Amino acid sequence: MCLFQFQSVMNYFPEEVLEHVFDFLTSHRDRNTVSLVCKSWYSVERFSREKVFIGNCYAVNPERLIARFPRLRSLTLKGKPHFADFNLVPDGWGGHVYPWIEAMAKSGINLEELKLKRMVVSDESLELLAKSFPNFKSLVLVSCEGFTTVGLAAIASNCRFLRELDLQENEVDDLKGKWLSCFPESCTSLVSLNFACLKGEVNVVALERLVARCPNLRSLRLNHTVPLEVLQKILVRAPQLSDLGTGSFTHDPDSETFIKLKNAMKNCHSIRSLSGFLDVNGRCLPAIYPICISLTSLNLSYAPGIFSNELIKLICHCKKIERLWILDTIGDKGLGVVANTCKELQELRVFPSDLYGVGNTAVTEEGLVAISAGCPKLNSILYFCQQMTNAALITVAKNCPNFIRFRLCTLDPIVPDAVTNQPLDEGFGAIVQSCKRLTRLSVSGLLTDQVFLYIGMYAEQLEMLSIAFAGDSDKGMLYVLNGCKKLKKLEIRDSPFGNMALLSDMGKYETMRSLWMSSCEVTLGGCKTLAEKMPWLNVEIINEHEAGEGEGEASCDDRHRVEKMYLYRTLVGPRKDAPDFVWTL
Amino acid sequence: METSVATELRLGLPGRDESEAKITSVSNKRSSSEMDDSCDPQQESVAPAQKAQVVGWPPVRSYRKNILQKKAESSSDGSAMFVKVSMDGAPYLRKIDLKFYMNYLDLLKALQNMFKCTIGVYSEREGYDGSEFAPTYEDKDGDWMLVGDVPWEMFVTSCKRMRIMKGSEARGLGCL
Repeated sequence: MCLFQFQSVMNYFPEEVLEHVFDFLTSHRDRNTVSLVCKSWYSVERFSREKVFIGNCYAVNPERLIARFPRLRSLTLKGKPHFADFNLVPDGWGGHVYPWIEAMAKSGINLEELKLKRMVVSDESLELLAKSFPNFKSLVLVSCEGFTTVGLAAIASNCRFLRELDLQENEVDDLKGKWLSCFPESCTSLVSLNFACLKGEVNVVALERLVARCPNLRSLRLNHTVPLEVLQKILVRAPQLSDLGTGSFTHDPDSETFIKLKNAMKNCHSIRSLSGFLDVNGRCLPAIYPICISLTSLNLSYAPGIFSNELIKLICHCKKIERLWILDTIGDKGLGVVANTCKELQELRVFPSDLYGVGNTAVTEEGLVAISAGCPKLNSILYFCQQMTNAALITVAKNCPNFIRFRLCTLDPIVPDAVTNQPLDEGFGAIVQSCKRLTRLSVSGLLTDQVFLYIGMYAEQLEMLSIAFAGDSDKGMLYVLNGCKKLKKLEIRDSPFGNMALLSDMGKYETMRSLWMSSCEVTLGGCKTLAEKMPWLNVEIINEHEAGEGEGEASCDDRHRVEKMYLYRTLVGPRKDAPDFVWTL
Repeated sequence: METSVATELRLGLPGRDESEAKITSVSNKRSSSEMDDSCDPQQESVAPAQKAQVVGWPPVRSYRKNILQKKAESSSDGSAMFVKVSMDGAPYLRKIDLKFYMNYLDLLKALQNMFKCTIGVYSEREGYDGSEFAPTYEDKDGDWMLVGDVPWEMFVTSCKRMRIMKGSEARGLGCL
């Protein structure tokens, strides 16, 4: 029955029934779709929606959010563009969460969950958050900045029903406050605690006591200051853990403490996910062998201290791994072992270990081919490598037609095929042609317009595309804009695409979340034209030069190339919190 | 204009060309650097000449970069952790990383394994008297010392290389 017929039938049902049916729709995309069907569905949907996902915090504002979804309980917000992760967005750009928390507090929203990515979170925001929402249960901060342990102390002290405090890869100023000790004795509700990214020491006695009084604790990720002795005591108190992030994992392997740790580990039958090893002595690793057999997720990518032979020995025990994040110290040989051992592998990420020239070798196309041949369930990969070939990519495409995410990053951004010296167009072409379900793609290496012709032609499901140092002309970008109908996010750096490509189909950008272009050929004039014609887009120019220079003819000249441009669709016009160096056209 | 601009954008790294890229991928294999003689911290820091200097490339989050930087700094802090180990009568030397071991027991076990010998137990009075071999090391002053006399940490920072002495020579030391 198509949606239209269904709707006519559904209109005879009272709203409570509609609401009940909508309860089964958990994905925000589905809920967005049903709200478009008709006015009554829109109305029922908006009053019953509790979880909202906002992919770009500047696409909408807090007032509109609250007006539409008064029963909001769980909010996800993303702030800065993805390339901010790689230092391409200057400090102070924006993405502040405070106005959102303030507005929700004022409107009496019963907020229970907040998940933020790439946002600026001040201690003030955390304090306001902690004091305004009595039922607050879950705070997840990913790649955020702006807060200190003072803010964390506020959360710990005031959120009586806190279940989850999950800090992933944030820049936190550690003011040596005793934030962990701020969890009151009455706090027994913790299910998940992750403070791995904090740099300072925590009160380990308070930590042990906290773990002991939270029987529902399932996920615990420690930071590098927590020594192995404490880990051992924690594991004895919390053998029910299913996700563990070790802190420091280095000790005398002959000591009694270490033996106690081994025994405690053996007793942790529920651990399925393991990470950490921020400080590690490879000879301590055998302590985890007993749990390796049950692991489905393993993240050793923060552990440059593990040598490749130790990694390989460890991997041999991990037969049920579905998600594996490692460093390229594993080598092609190690990837061969992964291919032979990890038959359930779905997601693999291989990060570079040598960014500071200490002389490690990276992985090559060999490792990737081995993985593709050995792991039939592989659907997501992020692979940093020294070199690549078209032949390898073609083989990978044949072996793995199920890729949903394919991100390849050559350490030299414009390296050609290592054997033929040709561009890598054909290789990536094979990937997009074979992987019909591909939604995310990052390309690298020497690439011409041809690769974009293939992407436009075949990548029908593509939603996010990352391009760097690629292409020859505007044609490249045009192929993508014209071909990828489902494109949501396009980010381009250091590629020769200019105004012709930018302005060819301006309506396209209203169907996308955002476009980033830096060090390309677009000019100020081109951006101005776009901004003028498209009122529903914010076209922001980031100009990092000092105000004095800006006054001169250079920056104001329409023919001048724009350093960084970020445009996104929005319902609420130019943002009011843009700093001096951001110019909304 | 487009072609010249395209070329301009392509020169990602100053002075690079493809042949250089090939050379980078062949040199600096980790296993060979462990075996050869020229592994010293000074040389390692010269290697980055061919590493990318492009802003934001490779695309790795600062969080991750900081972890690697800390690790790089701690392993090239000047004190020579890799030391050569010779054994009387053995045809070639070995190299070990002293930082890998937690204490003397650890180290001696590893040496015995590596050289297939028995070194025996250390005692302050007798040294390794009674065993066929005695581990010695050359310290910063150039003197040959018996392994085990000084605290572990001090040994690790002052040891330049080791020699496993055999037979009568070893017994001679034990008598001192």
